[in-house]
Amino acid sequence: MDFIAQLYSWCFSKLMSEIKPKSIRQVRSQWDGLFWMTMSVFGVFYLALIIAMLVADFRFTNWSDMTNLLSDVRVRFSIWLSLISCTIAAILSLWVAIPTGFLLARLGSESMAQRLGHRSLGCRRLFNWSRYFIDTLLDIPIVLPPLVVGISLLVLFQTPVGRWLDQLTGGLFASLGYAGIRGITYEIPAVILAQFTVAAAFAIRTMRNTFEQIDDRPERVAITLGASHYQAFSMVALPQAWRGVVAAFTLAWARSLGEFGPILIFAGTARMKTEVLSTTVYLNFQFGNLRGAVSASLILVTLAILVLVLTRLITLGGSSKKEVIV
Amino acid sequence: MISVQQLLLRQGDFELSQVSFEIPRNAYAILMGATGSGKTTLLESICGLRAIEEGKILMDGHEITRTPPAQRQIGYVPQDSSLFPTMKVRRQIAFGMEVRGFSQTERNRRVEELASSLDITGILDRYPRGLSGGERQRVALARALSFRPGLLCLDEPLSALDCDTRNNLIKLLKNIQQSESVTVLHITHNVEEGTQLGTVHFRLEDGQVRAVVCENSGDKK
Repeated sequence: MDFIAQLYSWCFSKLMSEIKPKSIRQVRSQWDGLFWMTMSVFGVFYLALIIAMLVADFRFTNWSDMTNLLSDVRVRFSIWLSLISCTIAAILSLWVAIPTGFLLARLGSESMAQRLGHRSLGCRRLFNWSRYFIDTLLDIPIVLPPLVVGISLLVLFQTPVGRWLDQLTGGLFASLGYAGIRGITYEIPAVILAQFTVAAAFAIRTMRNTFEQIDDRPERVAITLGASHYQAFSMVALPQAWRGVVAAFTLAWARSLGEFGPILIFAGTARMKTEVLSTTVYLNFQFGNLRGAVSASLILVTLAILVLVLTRLITLGGSSKKEVIV
Repeated sequence: MISVQQLLLRQGDFELSQVSFEIPRNAYAILMGATGSGKTTLLESICGLRAIEEGKILMDGHEITRTPPAQRQIGYVPQDSSLFPTMKVRRQIAFGMEVRGFSQTERNRRVEELASSLDITGILDRYPRGLSGGERQRVALARALSFRPGLLCLDEPLSALDCDTRNNLIKLLKNIQQSESVTVLHITHNVEEGTQLGTVHFRLEDGQVRAVVCENSGDKK
């Protein structure tokens, strides 16, 4: 037994002398390198795919195709309608997203426990379930197939309430001197509503995440100083969330620009009426004008890149919570 | 006088029950207790930021148990100072007066007065970002005192400061409490800090607040 113990001890000391700290560091460093390389490969693959698609688009078309497309008055109309409708849809999305995002972020279970106390457990449970339910409902436009959103909007405006709203909108535009817009369905308001329906869901998510990242303690201190909840929101929370507001606006705008399915169903593809850039791509493709479709796609790509770069520049300086440069 | 009577607070499994104590007017009360004993929970309940299950809080004889935090006349300085990141120090201090409808002249005069007492005149036009720990606490203190509250609640205001800054702030807190004639409830787990500042001492142990006699200050309750 002694011999075995001695042999074991010798083997162990031999092994330990072989594995020096330096060699362990070297092995670890090699593994680290392999780890980072593997992780990078996946990202690089996707990046290469995006770049390859853009390069293919640019190579497929040329400057004369682009000028031909831009000389078409119908395409110019679709560009203008896209820019205007996306901006209106993004503003409407923000209008909904800021208060909704704030509510979802601030009325979490912890803050409700502080507000309502332990006794109102039933009330808090009910509140939490309602919150989860609302949260899930708000995600529906994100997960639904775009065509379903369009069909649902179309069906909604076939109901008595929908028809009444349709007529009301038509009357409103007529009184404002825009008799050409006779309602919502298959008119310009349908384009905006279709874009807004999907874009607002993304904007709400962005604003909720933004407010969740902002510490609520300064708002609570503001309330002890005499501020109302509205003052704490508008004077303390909202100024801190400006980067999120810009991001939500951009996301809603870019999302509206790329919207196609709901517009196709709910607003149609009438040229010089409800045609936006995404439908221009579709119409050109349908009529066999692939060069025209690619050129229109490139306009979409350029606009999207411009907006993304502009947002990155505006919100440059980090998104760390509590640290807001003004 | 602040009177807390038979307070019951719950936060998850944590509970503070039958909490009772009184702080005489213009006293500097020190509340000590181990980390996690519920000091901050108790302070936030007094400020109105946490729901109270049972019991009463009286301020100068008036019950404020269900009074909204904005109407309690309590200045609150949290541990991390919680300055408003997008406001300059000047506006930050004036915030309490701004939302309470004080005139611009009154606000300016009070801001200058507090800035001078707390030695922060030089940083009035700076944003909180980049201020030192001591400066941040002094700004938070000025902000909480701006509207002349009846009670000032301080949640470990000196815990994250170096020795010199802490000693300076201890002197400053003593002076400001006397010059502003304000009742203070100061939470700390530093015995030395408590001994130097307090005129009344309490200890939070096992969910109960007990008055303690501090030898140095010679008070008894």
